Amino acid sequence: MKDEHDAGTAEAGKTPDPITVSGPGGLVVPAGVVLRRTPLRALAGAARGDLLATAGAVLLAAIVLAALLAPWIAPYPEDGGTATHPAQALLSPGAGHWFGTDQVGRDILSRILFGARTSLFIAVAVLALAAAVGVTLGVVAGYAGGWVRDVIMRVTDVFLAFPALLLSLALAVVLQPSVATVVVAIAVTWWPWYARLTAAVAQSVSARGYVDAARCLGVPAPVIVFRHVLPNSVTPVTVQLSLDAGGVILTAAALSYLGLGAHEPTAEWGLMVQQGQSLFTTDWWVVTFPGLAILVTAFSFNVLGEGLRAALDPRGRSR
Amino acid sequence: MPRYLTRRLGQAVLVVAGVVGLTFAVMRLVPGDPAVAFAGPRATEAELAAARARFGLDDPLWTQLWNYARDLARGDWGVSLHTKQPVAQDLALAFPASLELVGAAMIVAVAAGVPLGVLAARFKAGLPDFSVRLTSMLAVSLPVFWLALVVQTVFAGNLGWFPVAGEYDNSLDVTSPLRVYTNITIVDALITGNWPIFTSTLWHLVLPALVVAAYPAGVIAQMTRAALIEESGQDHARLARALGFGRIAVLTRFALRPAAGPVLSLIALVFAYAIVNGFLVEAVFNWPGVGRYAADAIRSLDTPAIAGVTLLVALLYVAANLAVDLLQGLVDPRVRGR
Repeated sequence: MKDEHDAGTAEAGKTPDPITVSGPGGLVVPAGVVLRRTPLRALAGAARGDLLATAGAVLLAAIVLAALLAPWIAPYPEDGGTATHPAQALLSPGAGHWFGTDQVGRDILSRILFGARTSLFIAVAVLALAAAVGVTLGVVAGYAGGWVRDVIMRVTDVFLAFPALLLSLALAVVLQPSVATVVVAIAVTWWPWYARLTAAVAQSVSARGYVDAARCLGVPAPVIVFRHVLPNSVTPVTVQLSLDAGGVILTAAALSYLGLGAHEPTAEWGLMVQQGQSLFTTDWWVVTFPGLAILVTAFSFNVLGEGLRAALDPRGRSR
Repeated sequence: MPRYLTRRLGQAVLVVAGVVGLTFAVMRLVPGDPAVAFAGPRATEAELAAARARFGLDDPLWTQLWNYARDLARGDWGVSLHTKQPVAQDLALAFPASLELVGAAMIVAVAAGVPLGVLAARFKAGLPDFSVRLTSMLAVSLPVFWLALVVQTVFAGNLGWFPVAGEYDNSLDVTSPLRVYTNITIVDALITGNWPIFTSTLWHLVLPALVVAAYPAGVIAQMTRAALIEESGQDHARLARALGFGRIAVLTRFALRPAAGPVLSLIALVFAYAIVNGFLVEAVFNWPGVGRYAADAIRSLDTPAIAGVTLLVALLYVAANLAVDLLQGLVDPRVRGR
């Protein structure tokens, strides 16, 4: 039994996967390292030493609160939906409307608060879908090795050949434009990153003594994979999820900007930019504020994810 | 090396086959019958059958996929619905313009990102480091279509410093017509000594290239910083420091070189990413590249054109990855063994 296992790891050690995996957001996370510290403890560590990450966490908390409380804190809650007030169209920012009003007279601040719901919903849905598919395939590939791993990794390579925005674009064209389409389209391009990352970690976890022990005791393979290998392989993925949320929000906004995502009367930041762009030269606020909302949200996710990554990196190479 | 080469090439061929299959699958999801789209809504049953036979829609899916792949290999990428031209021909005309824009952006991104990364690593945890991290984080978080609109409105619209849109002043086609060799306007203008078009193109490039450069510049700065900090802790860098080389000299002469491998491969990957990001910028600045072509195709639900663009960029992605791996295998023997 032991010999068999050793032969397995030696072979696994030869597979051509790189040790670092860069996420779709373009940031690099060290893989292949099993991390003992929890994201929560890492978060505390990051907050102590890293001003940017702390700022990101605070901003993000504010954005999540705004999204949750939008119907109560928005100055004009009915403006998040179908309401129109033609008499108040394109008012510039002032006392009644801090961020001004849009072409049909809706309060832009209210729509931005409701837009936070759309963006965060898309981010959570995409990452949950992509992580569920990617982690499952990755942990199976990492544990099984051999031809199973080869097949899964080659399929992963095919999906990785399509830049996220591009395949989502093609999918969004053939499906009907909606928020659900955006979620499906982005998730289809996002899962391979988690499959790769998890496969690399699961492979090293599978070579550990406790996995060997479980196998010797006759524990069935599915139980080993999902009870023992999976929980010990997911920490790098949780960090990567936080790094990728910003990328998902940017991609979703781009799809809606192109008219392939959310549509009227849904409040969505990319859509608001698209609807306002012809008025930009005369009424600057219709484009400026929704764009800033996208920027601030993506920025908070990115700095928070980067801080988490640095805090969890045992070599501390980027601190 | 030959074994590594064949194995890596074999993988790339498999991926290309998968890319073709996936594109085919996505295009088959199109709602509505392509035969109806071709023959028109009032076509008779016989006309529909003729259209179906013409496009091979009655064949088994495998036969259709095989025919699709065969046509692609022959250079027949279908006919665009909105330009009424062969897609391959449209792409051959549009792609050089995209290459021009993204190439210029990458030059800017490397010229800005690498020195910023060196600066941040030199003053690690100090104010310059903080500023570079903040700036690069902002750069990778910017929605590129919004940045394009803002930059265009402020610097071209309000201030009038730069042209609003287009690749060069089209009236120059009359006064100093361009002789075409590579289809990359700025290169053609340079080698034929066509200075009016050269300066006009350069002038039109400034704003869109800066916008496209924001994301790669941020990523390159972050990556350079992280790689330099890791390398400067290594023995060879500490020895150089002990021998009396200055901090900047150690970073640029001794730490940057071993870090060049990962940074270079990142640049190749970011390049492919920038092409897609450039799409949105092209649409805003009316740059006559693949991105504007794709944006027009989306508006008219032109599936053959979308499929062509998807396929082209995916193939570029595979090629960029392959080139990076082969180059690294050539430079670093350790990569080949893995």
